[in-house]
Amino acid sequence: MKAHLTRRYIFSASHRLHRDELTEEQNRTVYGKCSNPYGHGHNYALEVTVSGQVDPATGMVCNLVELDEAVRREIVDRFDHVNLNILPEFAGEVPTTENLSAIVFEILQQSFTAAHLEKVRLEETAMNSFEYCST
Amino acid sequence: MVYLTRKCEFSASHYYHNPEFTEEENRRVFGKCANLNGHGHNYTLEVTVKGAVDPRTGFVVDLKELKEILNREVIDALDHRHLNKEVPEFAKQIPTTENLAIAIWNRLEKQLHIAKLHRVRVYELPDLFVDFYGEA
Repeated sequence: MKAHLTRRYIFSASHRLHRDELTEEQNRTVYGKCSNPYGHGHNYALEVTVSGQVDPATGMVCNLVELDEAVRREIVDRFDHVNLNILPEFAGEVPTTENLSAIVFEILQQSFTAAHLEKVRLEETAMNSFEYCST
Repeated sequence: MVYLTRKCEFSASHYYHNPEFTEEENRRVFGKCANLNGHGHNYTLEVTVKGAVDPRTGFVVDLKELKEILNREVIDALDHRHLNKEVPEFAKQIPTTENLAIAIWNRLEKQLHIAKLHRVRVYELPDLFVDFYGEA
């Protein structure tokens, strides 16, 4: 039997949505308050969904401790309490939550192989969230 | 096609233990969950059914009937119970959230003649849930 397991994690980070090649006015038009020069922050909630056959010996899709360790090491330690704009992951890319969710997906797909990564869902605030899954 | 989700809650205790594992293996694989005295959770269940909207009623499903089936098949059987000791599915199976979602699916699918079951979602904690879509 194939089941999907979802685990939720929290991290906090700052960012500024801004592109150097645009004028200040164009940045303001595209990104609004998010282009303010000193940036701002969010408490991000990340939901990681993995899937696979339920192992009859354990009743589990994967070991939750291993998933927690991988997400903490690869995602939370990397993105918690940092300024996303200065990270190498966002060199040349605007740290929108769309881009962040794609980066989180790619990192986890490489680093956690004990189950199939179905989807990541990232809440930037309680009012907006983004989902990324492989095509 | 319209999807309707009904939510309910139940509280139960359980432990994770495979008698074919050594005690050390049980402790390594299941951690604190292997404590044979058990522990408990407040579970939240979301059941999603799908179907065409009946033009006479405007309903996908009669919610009263769905609620009755949920109460009879799930809540009465699981709420304030010890899953390992009181629920037949878990006499041999480990009552993980994965297996719980599958067991609830199987209970509902047999009884749910009024709509097609789409998804069973079981939250063990607000930050941990399992979805089962009836996939083999």
